[in-house]
Amino acid sequence: MMSKGKSYYLIPYYLWIALFVIAPVLLVVYYSLFDLEGKLTLSNYANFFTPVYMRMMLNSFWYAFLITVFSLLVAYPAAYLLTRTKHKQLWLLLIILPTWINLLLKTYAFIGIFGTFGPVNNFFDLMGLGEQQILFTGFSFVFVSVYIFIPFMILPIFSALDEMNLSLVDAARDLGASGWTTFRRVVFPLTISGVRSGCMAVFIPALSLFMITRLIAGNRVITLGTAIEQHFLVTQDWGMGSTVAVFLIAIMALFMILTGGSRKGVRG
Amino acid sequence: MKNRRRVKNKNGIANIYLVLVFLVLYAPIFYLMYYSFNSGGTMHKFEGFTLDYYREVVADTRLMIIVINTLVIALLSSAIATIIAVIGALAIHHVRSRRAKNTLLSLNNVLIVSPDVIIGASFLILFTIVGIKLGFTSVLLSHVAFSIPIAVIMILPHLQEMSPTLTDAARDLGATRRDVLTKVILPIIKPGIFSGFFMALTYSLDDFAVTFFVTGNGYSTLSVEIYSRARQGVSLSINALSTLIFLFTILLVIGYYYLNQRKSRPAVQIAEPVAEAGVPR
Repeated sequence: MMSKGKSYYLIPYYLWIALFVIAPVLLVVYYSLFDLEGKLTLSNYANFFTPVYMRMMLNSFWYAFLITVFSLLVAYPAAYLLTRTKHKQLWLLLIILPTWINLLLKTYAFIGIFGTFGPVNNFFDLMGLGEQQILFTGFSFVFVSVYIFIPFMILPIFSALDEMNLSLVDAARDLGASGWTTFRRVVFPLTISGVRSGCMAVFIPALSLFMITRLIAGNRVITLGTAIEQHFLVTQDWGMGSTVAVFLIAIMALFMILTGGSRKGVRG
Repeated sequence: MKNRRRVKNKNGIANIYLVLVFLVLYAPIFYLMYYSFNSGGTMHKFEGFTLDYYREVVADTRLMIIVINTLVIALLSSAIATIIAVIGALAIHHVRSRRAKNTLLSLNNVLIVSPDVIIGASFLILFTIVGIKLGFTSVLLSHVAFSIPIAVIMILPHLQEMSPTLTDAARDLGATRRDVLTKVILPIIKPGIFSGFFMALTYSLDDFAVTFFVTGNGYSTLSVEIYSRARQGVSLSINALSTLIFLFTILLVIGYYYLNQRKSRPAVQIAEPVAEAGVPR
């Protein structure tokens, strides 16, 4: 298998890159330049900068930010404690297992759990708080999304913590650092790469969770993903949908560049 | 790793926290399963035990066809994607210059980091322009497309671990290029091929957003079906279905880990790309 130039057997893979990686991006950009009548125009972009879309953008970002922060807050301690257990691989597998259950089924479960007569409201009743409207609120959307993403935040942080050299922690302690200082000055900086990939794995998908918003938050929460879905499948305004997609792609690219360019795709 | 530092007094709190996390992770799943046996027909008052919903699921021909659709798409797309991914991994592996290699890798990973909605929307445009009818073909093609990169990622490390002297030796002993591929390289990267295939399978079985965009009327997979049923409110046949899916998933996972028990590739490495991928599709 000496690489004597390009061999013909590589064609399918390059074809895939051309057709399904490069072409779709170009097509989205191309479509964003046409309005509903099929005229070449920049009106979609002008539209995008109107208050309606700007509010949606900010909203989307705010929610994605909240989801990422809460996932991190829950996941970091969990990952930390997981590295301290015996049989950690087994526990890790148990963390991964729920991710193999279809996301829609888990979302659907929350329709029951957060429902008017669901267990959460029963609990509120017991506490004497009375029934609350939980479904169709921003809270339920954030909660369910965080629930979905926790394993994806735990995994990279877990592996970063696991690769960390523990003698550094010992050294810090020996030199008189308190537990908190050790964490702040040694452990956290050393695992920042894991935190970064975890945030990547949560933030970008969180911008586009249209099925959770539809099922759990009704139409109270509109994210970029909901907007794209709406434009493409409901109002059939592909131009505007593509424009939103272009911005989402741009944000994604920006985000990836900011968080340290290419993530470790392959671990040598 | 030795050097387990156990802080005694904190252990209690730590364990409680972990138990809580696990509870939260599993509660919704078991909640679904529990109510699938509820004769009351709702997800909040358990009236009595019944298997009616399971009967309903099994008797529902349309649902059974959808289940078969989902499995056919998953198996077919994973098989095709894995074959192309082997080629892709070889291509990336054989590129000499660092820059070209990184470019290829970045292109490979575009679909892994893209939000599903974007993949779905852009594929919808693509299929419409090319004139592919929305339905089985479009769904199959998109599943192949988004499964390729993850399979490549699973196969590549195995190629990188392979010692180049092996292929050199084979060549020196007079093996043709084809022999080298089939008798040396493929057997060595076989575990990677398996995990790639398996990842592709789970991606495909779990995908909702992309399929939702590129499917036409009359053709549906499980996720899309669950979505449309869930939008109409609670129906316990979904619960029964999810219990069956959960059991099936557990069987799959056990099977996968059983296959993976050759030398201890830690679960983290296996699971890592999933984490990289963001949403379970």
